[in-house]
Amino acid sequence: MSFLLTCPNCGVREVTDFGYGGEISARPRSRPTLRELGEYNYFRRNVAGVQREWWFHRSGCRAWFIAERDTRTNEVLMTALPAAPSPNGGGAA
Amino acid sequence: MSRLPNQPGELINRDKVIRFTFDGKPVEAYGGDTIASALFAAGRRTFSRSFKYHRRRGLLCCAGQCPNCIVAVGGAPGTRACTEPVREGMKVDHLNAQPGLDLDVMRATDLVGTKFTPPGFYYKTFIRPRKLWPLYEKVLRHAAGLGVLRKEQPDREWRTEYRRRHADVLVIGGGTAGQREAAAAAAQGDDVVLVDEGPLPIEPIPGVEILARASALGYFDGIVPVWQGDILHQIRARRHVFATGAIEQPLVFAGNDLPGVMLSGGAVRLTQLYAVKPGTRAVVATTSDRGLAAVAGLQDAGVEIAAVADLRETPSAAARSLSGRGIQVLAGHTILEAKGGKAVESAVLGPIGVTGASVEKTFDCDLVVVSGGFVPATSLLLQAGAKSRYDPERGCFAISALPPGVSAVGDVAGVDQADADGHATAVATAIPPPVSGAGRGKCFACLCEDVTAKDIRLSVEEGYDSIELSKRYTTVTMGPCQGRMCQLPAIRLMAKETGQMLEQVGTTTARPPWVSVPMGVLAGRPFEPAKRSSIHGRHRELGATIKWAGDWRRAYDYGDPQGEALAVHQAAGLIDVSTLGKLLVRGPDAGEFLDRLYPNRFSDLKPGRIRYGVISSDAGRIVDDGTICRIDDDTFYVTTTSSGAGAVEEWFSWWLADWRMDVKLTDLTQGLSAVNLAGPQAREILSELTDLDCSAEAFKYLDGKQAQIAGVQTLILRIGFVGEIGYEIHFAAAHGEHVWDALMDAGREHGIRPFGLEPQRILRLQKMHILVGQDTDSESTPFGAAMPWIVKLDKDTDFIGKWALEHYADEEPATRLVGFTLPNGHVPTEGAVIMDAGGAPVGQVTSSRFSPVLDRVIGMAWVPSPLARDGSQVTISDEGETMQAHVQTRPFFDPDGEVLRS
Repeated sequence: MSFLLTCPNCGVREVTDFGYGGEISARPRSRPTLRELGEYNYFRRNVAGVQREWWFHRSGCRAWFIAERDTRTNEVLMTALPAAPSPNGGGAA
Repeated sequence: MSRLPNQPGELINRDKVIRFTFDGKPVEAYGGDTIASALFAAGRRTFSRSFKYHRRRGLLCCAGQCPNCIVAVGGAPGTRACTEPVREGMKVDHLNAQPGLDLDVMRATDLVGTKFTPPGFYYKTFIRPRKLWPLYEKVLRHAAGLGVLRKEQPDREWRTEYRRRHADVLVIGGGTAGQREAAAAAAQGDDVVLVDEGPLPIEPIPGVEILARASALGYFDGIVPVWQGDILHQIRARRHVFATGAIEQPLVFAGNDLPGVMLSGGAVRLTQLYAVKPGTRAVVATTSDRGLAAVAGLQDAGVEIAAVADLRETPSAAARSLSGRGIQVLAGHTILEAKGGKAVESAVLGPIGVTGASVEKTFDCDLVVVSGGFVPATSLLLQAGAKSRYDPERGCFAISALPPGVSAVGDVAGVDQADADGHATAVATAIPPPVSGAGRGKCFACLCEDVTAKDIRLSVEEGYDSIELSKRYTTVTMGPCQGRMCQLPAIRLMAKETGQMLEQVGTTTARPPWVSVPMGVLAGRPFEPAKRSSIHGRHRELGATIKWAGDWRRAYDYGDPQGEALAVHQAAGLIDVSTLGKLLVRGPDAGEFLDRLYPNRFSDLKPGRIRYGVISSDAGRIVDDGTICRIDDDTFYVTTTSSGAGAVEEWFSWWLADWRMDVKLTDLTQGLSAVNLAGPQAREILSELTDLDCSAEAFKYLDGKQAQIAGVQTLILRIGFVGEIGYEIHFAAAHGEHVWDALMDAGREHGIRPFGLEPQRILRLQKMHILVGQDTDSESTPFGAAMPWIVKLDKDTDFIGKWALEHYADEEPATRLVGFTLPNGHVPTEGAVIMDAGGAPVGQVTSSRFSPVLDRVIGMAWVPSPLARDGSQVTISDEGETMQAHVQTRPFFDPDGEVLRS
């Protein structure tokens, strides 16, 4: 895997600069059933296409940001710092 | 050195003599020589022995493409002599021949063993008796291979580096077409990198970074690694131009590997670039004008041309023009056999399609110049996503489709040669038969791996009838030439044997690396980053045993771990805990933020007080632990484990990014040092260095206070990780040695000793304080780890892990973490197994030590929940030995914490 990512703070960097936080999934807002909890903890949509995901600029400014990436081509369509209010509820992965 | 007169464009500098050794014997060379050109000039004709049959191999391509001249330089195998420039004093040795290059006993494989060594012979011949395989393997490994790596490697002296380069345009190949493309792109304002592996100098081009004598290794998701000497350039470009040229092909005929059989390009390079005469009398076999182009030059250099076989039935203008030089061109002929012992002595030519002694002509010669046509060097293009298709006109596979951002120019694009105006001129090529002269001797399709035309036929007969299967079975195309010399010949032979068309046979997959590359170049610089605390120098002076702890170099002990542990109980000890993760969490929402991150409460913690916390994941598993001190209403000082510092900071900042609370997170791990002063004398020692009231009433257990110690502003956390009265002192790292020295000086008369990581592990085990990652794993919950009190399910705040922990709270875990003691004095291995009555593993020992203060063996282990109570017995199986341990659920030392609170 090798592509470029644009850190919202630092600009264009090699992907090896970053840590991957996985796809953005909504953390349940109220008490989930055991099955829902299991799905939230252990299951991913794993889309073949554009995915919203978390990235961490580990070897840079150490900021978390959101990217939209085509998982088939690794084309990154946009990156942005998370804006208030949270677009998808939660970020656990 | 035997050299020709000055050649126009020669690369050697005759004024500069360079001396090196080959197999220990001195060789003289000129500046600009390659190892091979110098050795050839000195009379050497055999450069290596073949992989399997140990046949002599001489120079073939003189362009770094074939396997024939691979040597060891300075003990490192794998260098091609024909492209490696000579250096003063370099030590060059042959590979793969015992006892020497010119007398190789393994030659017996060729002379008598051929019929026993078909493809895959080692699987067939050496299968029985199976017991003997280790012996067979040893012999085979000795016989085969292309060099020996020393088993004992000294510290790497060769320093290699990575370099990242981003460019607009990357041009691979610095021939005419590549240079033209690079210049054109630069003229448009593009940032251009031009990579060229050849020996010819390239004039500077404005706006173009030229990487000379550099090889592109492959194409990886848009990155092209380029090896140049000590540097691996990792080049990422928006646009890629491949000007990788075309590779001259050998012909497959009997004896086609004899020294003296040379590609036309190789003969030309030796003559023109290095002024070395490749032979005295030559026979030429060609399929196109490009092979003929070498003839005149060789004749001018004094090589007598015995005969020229041109596969084309109709002589070209170039063929006709040779008759003016008195050279006989046999149209419609090819070479059937090269004969000779140590080298070529004669060559047999014959017409295509007709056999028999009457039509054959034999010529004495010491040089056979062959040119089997050119194939475009498409490997890198194919790796980049281009497609290829068989081109029946040219008799080879050529690029048929290009991905976006990729272009091909020059020979690789299928244009054989561009004239001065850049106009393409196609050259008519006759397509050679898959093999000629079969039955007269070994006809090699693959020189790297000693695969003959017959071997390919056998592999098809055995059912390996696709090119990819045959490749894996015979290893054709898998040697150092990476298919340059053998892919097309192998495809032709497959087509012949299977009765398929070449397009049906197809090609093998193009894979990196395109060029043989030393592992050291890929490994990059051999460095291991180490973190050291600001007090590290003191530990060394004190004779500490320094060991790795994650990224840190830490004092493991000072030579006496048991004595150091005892000193903490009897007087005082001082340990450097600068490695702890240290986070400042500050802001109006800080308390709420921590309430959401930890299963227990922090918003109700009073300023100046400390609470222990365990971080859990949303799956309810233990992630890390540490202490949290509230400094003021808005400020919390969070410590983490040493190994978890980075991960906890990421975890905190991730949730902060998601929740967007009014909190600022500052990682102070590197900025602050910390020491833990612990023991019955700790209070006395501390009091001597600070104005702070350190009395038990004023500075209680789990108080956190800011005060000056020895003139340095510190945060003092009264905690008890090691079980005695303890002060964990945090302060700016710059003062590390000063504070350490002050505490050691003040403590001297109290009997203070420094203690390391190992005694600390004994001390904390006595208290059953867990080490996350040692006593817990990715499945451990706070309930299983005997810390249900840390989970506050009645908290109003929804916290990470709450839902999972709610489920676990109602469930009996399969195993629980408990303490154990062993009466027999044996310290079980950490990781030893807890067995049930039937001998099945049901748990494991996570920590175990001998405790000097308790005078017995203690430990912690995960045991089945029904056994996790005081007084029960568990069976430990430790590397075959079994022992009975007594379970204990409360701390071994000071179970009620009276010492700690005193």
